[in-house]
Amino acid sequence: MTDEHSLYGPLEDPAADAGHQEHPPRVGFFTDTSVCIGCKACEVACKEWNDVPEDGLDLLGMSFDNTGMLGASSWRHVAFIEQERPLGRQDPGLSDLPTGPSAAEHTAEVVADGLRDAPRGGGELGTEPVDLGFPSFELPGAGTGSETRTDFRWLMSSDVCKHCTHAGCLDVCPTGALFRTEFGTVVVQPDICNGCGYCVSGCPYGVIDRRPDDGRAWKCTLCHDRLRGGLEPACAKACPTDSIQFGPLDELRERADRRLEQLHEAGVGEARLYGRDPEDGVGGDGAFFLLLDEPEVYGLPPDPVVPTRDLPSMWKHAAVAASALLAATAAVFIREGRR
Amino acid sequence: MGLERWIGRWPVYRQLTGPDRLGRGKAAESPRSAALGPRTDRADRVADSVCPYCAVGCAQRVYVKDDRVIQIEGNPDSPISRGRLCPKGSASKQLVTGPQREQKVRYRAPYATEWQDLDLETAMEMVVDRVLDARRKGWQDSDADGRKLRRTMGFAGLGGATLDNEENYLIKKLFTALGALQIENQARI
Amino acid sequence: MGSNMAEAHPVGFQWVMEAKARGARVIHIDPRFTRTSALADQHVTLRAGTDIAFLGGVINHILSNDLHFEEYVQAYTNAPFLLSERYQDTEDLDGLFSGYDPHTASYDSSSWTYEGVEAEERPGRRHKEQAAPDQHGSGGPVIGGAVGDIAADPTLQHPRCVFQVLKRHFARYTPEMVERICGVPRDRFLDVCRAWTENSGRERTAALVYSVGWTQHSVGAQYIRTASIIQLLLGNIGRPGGGIYALRGHASIQGSTDIPTLFNLLPGYLPMPDITQENLADYLDGVRRPDQKGFWGNADAYMISLLKEYWGEAATADNDYCFDYLPRINGDHGTYRTAMDMVDGKIFGYFLLGQNPAVGSAHGRLQRLGMANLDWLVVRDLTMIESATFWKDAPEVETGEIVTERCRTEVFFFPAASHVEKAGTFTQTQRMLQWRDKAVEPSGDQRSELWFFHHLGRRVKDRLAGSTDDRDRPVLDLAWDYRTEGDEPSAADVLRHINGIDLRTGRTVGGYPDLRADGSTACGCWIYSGVYADETNQSRRRKSRFEQGPYDAEWGWTWPLNRRVLYNRASADPQGRPWSERKALVWWDEDRGEWTGHDTPDFEKDKPPHYRPPEGASGPQALSGEDAFIMMSDGKAWLFAPTGLADGPLPTHYEPHESPVRNLLYGQQANPTRKVYGRRDNPSNPAPPEAHGEVFPFVFTASRLTEHHTAGGMSRQLPYLSELQPELVVEVSPELAAERGLRHLDWAHVITSRTAVEARVFVTDRMAPLRVEDRTVHQIWMPYHWGSVGLTTGDVVNDLIGVVAEPNVLIQESKVLTCDIRPGRRPRGPALLEYVQDYRRRAGITPQTGTRIATTGDDHRPTHTEPHRGEDSP
Repeated sequence: MTDEHSLYGPLEDPAADAGHQEHPPRVGFFTDTSVCIGCKACEVACKEWNDVPEDGLDLLGMSFDNTGMLGASSWRHVAFIEQERPLGRQDPGLSDLPTGPSAAEHTAEVVADGLRDAPRGGGELGTEPVDLGFPSFELPGAGTGSETRTDFRWLMSSDVCKHCTHAGCLDVCPTGALFRTEFGTVVVQPDICNGCGYCVSGCPYGVIDRRPDDGRAWKCTLCHDRLRGGLEPACAKACPTDSIQFGPLDELRERADRRLEQLHEAGVGEARLYGRDPEDGVGGDGAFFLLLDEPEVYGLPPDPVVPTRDLPSMWKHAAVAASALLAATAAVFIREGRR
Repeated sequence: MGLERWIGRWPVYRQLTGPDRLGRGKAAESPRSAALGPRTDRADRVADSVCPYCAVGCAQRVYVKDDRVIQIEGNPDSPISRGRLCPKGSASKQLVTGPQREQKVRYRAPYATEWQDLDLETAMEMVVDRVLDARRKGWQDSDADGRKLRRTMGFAGLGGATLDNEENYLIKKLFTALGALQIENQARI
Repeated sequence: MGSNMAEAHPVGFQWVMEAKARGARVIHIDPRFTRTSALADQHVTLRAGTDIAFLGGVINHILSNDLHFEEYVQAYTNAPFLLSERYQDTEDLDGLFSGYDPHTASYDSSSWTYEGVEAEERPGRRHKEQAAPDQHGSGGPVIGGAVGDIAADPTLQHPRCVFQVLKRHFARYTPEMVERICGVPRDRFLDVCRAWTENSGRERTAALVYSVGWTQHSVGAQYIRTASIIQLLLGNIGRPGGGIYALRGHASIQGSTDIPTLFNLLPGYLPMPDITQENLADYLDGVRRPDQKGFWGNADAYMISLLKEYWGEAATADNDYCFDYLPRINGDHGTYRTAMDMVDGKIFGYFLLGQNPAVGSAHGRLQRLGMANLDWLVVRDLTMIESATFWKDAPEVETGEIVTERCRTEVFFFPAASHVEKAGTFTQTQRMLQWRDKAVEPSGDQRSELWFFHHLGRRVKDRLAGSTDDRDRPVLDLAWDYRTEGDEPSAADVLRHINGIDLRTGRTVGGYPDLRADGSTACGCWIYSGVYADETNQSRRRKSRFEQGPYDAEWGWTWPLNRRVLYNRASADPQGRPWSERKALVWWDEDRGEWTGHDTPDFEKDKPPHYRPPEGASGPQALSGEDAFIMMSDGKAWLFAPTGLADGPLPTHYEPHESPVRNLLYGQQANPTRKVYGRRDNPSNPAPPEAHGEVFPFVFTASRLTEHHTAGGMSRQLPYLSELQPELVVEVSPELAAERGLRHLDWAHVITSRTAVEARVFVTDRMAPLRVEDRTVHQIWMPYHWGSVGLTTGDVVNDLIGVVAEPNVLIQESKVLTCDIRPGRRPRGPALLEYVQDYRRRAGITPQTGTRIATTGDDHRPTHTEPHRGEDSP
């Protein structure tokens, strides 16, 4: 049943590939950031439904973002990006005002300094692999240093686990805690997870993380329980402007293509889809985005690659040994089970 | 648990024998995951409600199990909100079930440095005493020109915009009957 | 404008986003670039407090370029009516209208009337003190006579017709003047004018949204008047996609105005009686005239039905339906007056019902010092709030002004039932009543307000039983026999009585047209009449939007009579045909002889467009088939308000009470009728023409964040909301940061003559300086949700704000003031008082500052201060 693209490349039906023979269509999120109002209803609705604990009362100084990044106790994260850049044909109302240089660089430096001084270099905000975008000072679209600022845009975007077609977290999980559901989504099973943390470095987006108190790994489940009851995930249901859309992935992709076209016609030339492409490094995302600029602007990796890309060939060589190991383990389990 | 059933649930076995040869899907599903469903399905009842924060009036559904609120979310039938809620509306369950909710009457005596307990009945009677006393002390029959006032300026009230129409109605009615005028709410705030 | 809809009303904003997706252009005009601006097509940065100058410029643009919707204006507004020769405009009097008295800072409005219409002496002072214009709701106050008696020029050319007066009044609001006053470059301003006018007319409509960013000004009511004038000139009222939307901030703030917990109103915008009204007849004459047009003509039926609901059997024709039982008002009994009276020891007890004035009201210091001087305080809330704990943790405890062991206030905290623990209705921002079912029982001592007041009333009645004191009659006779379920009163039964009952049949009435003035009906709130028609709770209807049409008539119930768009008769032309197919809403169906359409017609259903009232008709009968504005006493929408407003018949740009600049349009600096409270404990920052304004050089404004709610009692206690906005911040532009040495995330403090508050600095491009006249004006913004209790705490921003009120509705000016900002934290303890005192000294502030209201001419103008007790410093 394993496909040659089970671990890398385009994969038509990841649920079937994972052994779900009769299964519902693959579902996901299409997050259209062009209508996100940054209200953070998604963050709260997620926590209320999933009973995710509060994640620290810290003022981060990153515009209105006090969540910082995705982590074990933040399964939705709304990023806020203030930049001295135009947004389509939007008129930010600054021209002819007695303005000086932009503050974007100043604030970015302050935040970056703060992060560097923080324990784990800001790692408490989440995991390290994802570049917050700030420490380099070379964030695309950062201040142009002009004497009088006239351009401005305020981008908002709700980030979430991408439920990759090829999920690094899942592929490296040694306990079977992470698994692919019948909906094609990727879920951590808290009753299995032993907190080994391999998944944390396995995620090319830096999404999954362990909770300091119980050590287990946590992330968005795409509300697996709700899906079972035919409900949409809590975040998508709450989203006031339908920035977060839930549905069968095929439908979402079509909808996203149409929306992109519409925005391009409206003069928002920088608009692009992110995670839409089944040919990308993770075989396409189950949760993909319409962004208004390059992914780095939002703190998203431009070219995420599943760390198991090279695994298929390795796996062939290892298969025999692995089977032998499994047989031995089975014997042990059976003995223990009898007691 | 019979061995066969037990072994059938063992992920490694399922992986070796099922279609999920890489052990990342069906074979890895735990009993908890297999049994998963929305907790709202287990609700004893669902009450139709309205968000208590701003004045948009988003419809809420309140799911109740064992007389406890287990979930509050938007009602998609509403032509106002179409089932959506903002962060505050989405935090409604925490608002009504959280530990910040006071359960008991608290009383601070004059010059006291701490709260003390007071039972509800006693508190109500004490408030009646004080209302009548303040009403009497602040009573005005007429103004300097002999024009009728028929009122008390002894006590005042503030609040109403977070309350129900029916509650505001009784408040205004009772205040008016007592001759109390100084009643205000957030409309001027 | 004046609204940050995406942040304060996010779920409502979905409709704006949907309109945008369908091609609507969205413009946000606001002092700061907010989350609303981020999603708009255009943001216009404006100096806080100058909206009338901006909107007046739009009016001037419309009128000078003949862009108004001529047929609409002619048919439905009072544009053709001629004004009395006695009327003088601000053009003639340097910013004042005729009738001004500088000693009372109020107008006699008798000269603002139509030609040929009898005008009575209107003592402005009483009007203003009692917020009289707030009474009558949308109804408009009394003008006598039928329309036939009002001289008019249908060609709109007569120099004294409203249209020409309007044109002249706004002629000086040029794009250049808008630029100089508001700081909005003229091209930007003209962009907005073009967008607005091009999207209005027969085929298109434009909507306008405001919130407390407009109301909380010393000229607040006139802000909305200005918007109404534009929307009327462009034909955007009563039509789909048009209108002016007031987005309100509490779940039932609309309801608590309709069924008022307010001092100057009875339910349904009937005024509280005042000392001049000896009996019911006097009172009714003050509300309506016997020959008056429109539905306020039936005010006698509304009032008598209310008295019947209040006093039941005891209310009879012989005793004036117990009118005499009503207490009388004779001045300002508003919440700020009350707080000052507490400070002055005139008030003994106070109920706080889901409101937290220690944080949420302007001048929090005044509120707390007032509460610390009471005999007793009852606080009813979900959680412990600052207004309940001030005696131990107010900022004044730190400064030594409140000493716990010497604070005598006895405090009762009653835990309240939440919205899921009781049944009842909220009225949302578009006048829709929606019923909530009870989900669970409250626990412990938690009770609803319904329970508390029902039982308080019951106990008081028991206590007074047998009293022969005349003053106790209103309590003893009070109809207080609502059905109960256990010991909880039935909210449905209360709503039923609010709806109204036909006392002959015992059944609910169908709507306010059924109410009678003969004592045969009882009704708690005439505008809500119909909510329990057919003995059915109409507010509880929840027919899914998937199963009904675009106006969703069977979801909830909207007052009046389930009409979703007010004055929707104006969506059709005078002959009753839709102005355009695209914008059809209601229309006259000649075959069936009735009004029909997508919405419930806001018009008598069978009154044809060609109907003309018979000679001598009054009330609804006097409305012609073209009088779309059925509540108005002339049937027309008022471009010019011939009566009813305390501060002028036309909106006029006045600078805020505290402003860094002189009024460029007139000698009159600020609203000449604003209500000032010149007291030592309520100092004002100086504003031109007073000296030393430079001590407080910056413009300050405050508002909400999405993540918190008002004074924080329902958000700062919740972890999921607190973590999203965990700390109080102050937003400044990069330019101001450079000027004052402020660094992102460092501490700074903001200072006014009231106090100083500290916060973490946010340097952001979203704030921008403006060029006003020859100087640069910086604006500073803070959210106001913080206080001393909760998961996240901070200084009370409202402590910065003094009390000065708008004269029509007595709302405080809290959206604009002046301030200074300095890096670092504020001084603590008694040093804070010295620090602020030093600022006051440098600015030369006395209780007289800001109270010399009239500023035209060279005469010595009076100050408006209160006698103060003792020499205690503020």
